[in-house]
Amino acid sequence: MDKIKFDTKSLDLFYGDFQALKSINIKICENEVTAFIGPSGCGKSTFLRCLNRMNDLIDSVKMKGEIIFDDKDINGDIDVINLRTRVGMVFQKPNPFPMSIYDNIAYGPKCQGLKDKRKLDTLVKESLTKAALWEEVKDRLNKSALGLSGGQQQRLCIARTIAMNPEVILMDEPTSALDPIATAKIEDLMSSLKKDYTIIIVTHSMQQAGRISDKTAFFLMGEIVEFDETPKIFTNPNDKRTEDYITGRFG
Amino acid sequence: MIYLIEKFKKEYLGRSIVTVLGIVIILVTLSITGFLFYKGLGTFVTYNHSVWEFLFSSEWKPADNFDGGGKVGAAIFIVGSLLISFLALLIATPFSIASAVFMTEISPKLGKKLLQPAIGIFVGIPSVVYGWVGLTVLVPAIAHVFNLPYGFSVLAGGIVLALMIFPTITSVSVDAIENVDNGYKEASYALGTTRWQYIYKVMLPSATSGILTGVILGLARAFGEALAVAMVIGKMLTFPDNILSATNNMTAEIASDMGNSAQGGEFNDALWSMALLLLIISFIFILIMRIIAKKGEEVK
Repeated sequence: MDKIKFDTKSLDLFYGDFQALKSINIKICENEVTAFIGPSGCGKSTFLRCLNRMNDLIDSVKMKGEIIFDDKDINGDIDVINLRTRVGMVFQKPNPFPMSIYDNIAYGPKCQGLKDKRKLDTLVKESLTKAALWEEVKDRLNKSALGLSGGQQQRLCIARTIAMNPEVILMDEPTSALDPIATAKIEDLMSSLKKDYTIIIVTHSMQQAGRISDKTAFFLMGEIVEFDETPKIFTNPNDKRTEDYITGRFG
Repeated sequence: MIYLIEKFKKEYLGRSIVTVLGIVIILVTLSITGFLFYKGLGTFVTYNHSVWEFLFSSEWKPADNFDGGGKVGAAIFIVGSLLISFLALLIATPFSIASAVFMTEISPKLGKKLLQPAIGIFVGIPSVVYGWVGLTVLVPAIAHVFNLPYGFSVLAGGIVLALMIFPTITSVSVDAIENVDNGYKEASYALGTTRWQYIYKVMLPSATSGILTGVILGLARAFGEALAVAMVIGKMLTFPDNILSATNNMTAEIASDMGNSAQGGEFNDALWSMALLLLIISFIFILIMRIIAKKGEEVK
């Protein structure tokens, strides 16, 4: 049995009066890629954002239930800053800061108090290498990150997250704004990253979930309909609704 | 025929009204500019003074007649205007940026409920009231605190002007901050930074070009304000030794002597030259704002 990273117990989430997540129960294992699939508005991104408390940014959100991370309920009395350094996030739209490539990577560690220039240099190089971007940008580390292509920007965002040395990387449709070649690069990257990190990815593309994930959860209208090994979900799902969705009958 | 009338009503009527009104505004602006050039150049054309004398000499004894021969060195007024405006900027900008950050990031609810209306009230107060309050409260206070015979000073002018330009800089800064891509905020928070780290290292740098626009708009307003400054500056025809000295500035001088000089005389023309200079300075401010705004666009 793999080690469990996140153990979610009957989680409900409301936006004002609207219930966006209904009694979510899911155990996410370490060093695996877990994919969340489902139609738009099914709650998969909302749940992903619970895992690093990004929903705190939205005023009207209320939650019930527990998400156990490392023996502690992250909805309880924990240090959110510390949680977010351990659970990184990559967003749908590449969002590098309007600063140099180097500063984008160094920003997080610097905010944690790392000042040593040599350590920062090493960290920047390591992170960019892991994100398969070093070769492309090593000669222009001091140029603005906004001059990179969309795919490069997204890999930069991944590198920026890696630089924090997190345990978990959350990815919210990280390739939906990218072309197929850039998508392929990011997907390759994910398989190589799972050795060191637990990866949870929300995706609209079922092919993508099939290609890269070990386990897949199918969300529908705020509930997890089915959660199992990815091959099982795609070849022999238990639930009729899962089958209808993956065979393209709705969604 | 009916079709044509309908078409005229639906399409051309509104368009013509808007176009005509727009052209009127352009014409008014152009004619004011033309008129100011016509009047303002009299000093140099009719009375043969050099631009150099006007800008850099401090001897101000224009003759109030049509023969000329006086001195039109406006340097004291120019220096006075510059000093007071920049001092006002120095005082107002930190408060403005802090208020803008408070209203957008730290406590939007309280900001929108309390600070925003307060700033609206600031804008609504007429400048003569600012000047009068300055004269009654600020000038004696400065005299008292610094143990001076009187408190008319650059400092008094700077503080009064700072109050007047504070709302301008604040509201433009609020817009600039609200325009910062929300993705930056999410990215920063997701990296485990504190709110302050995000504000200081990402948000403010991203909003810099917008905030600068507000600062220059405030500077332009400070430069053009006459009444309130005239009431607290002291109207002394000397360069100020320090910010506690009285001096004079361009707008205050124009306001106080425009009615006391013969139309078309040397004195009157010298005042028009100052008006022209104010116009040119405001053109320069607008130009700088455009350049900054353009740079900001390029960064995005």
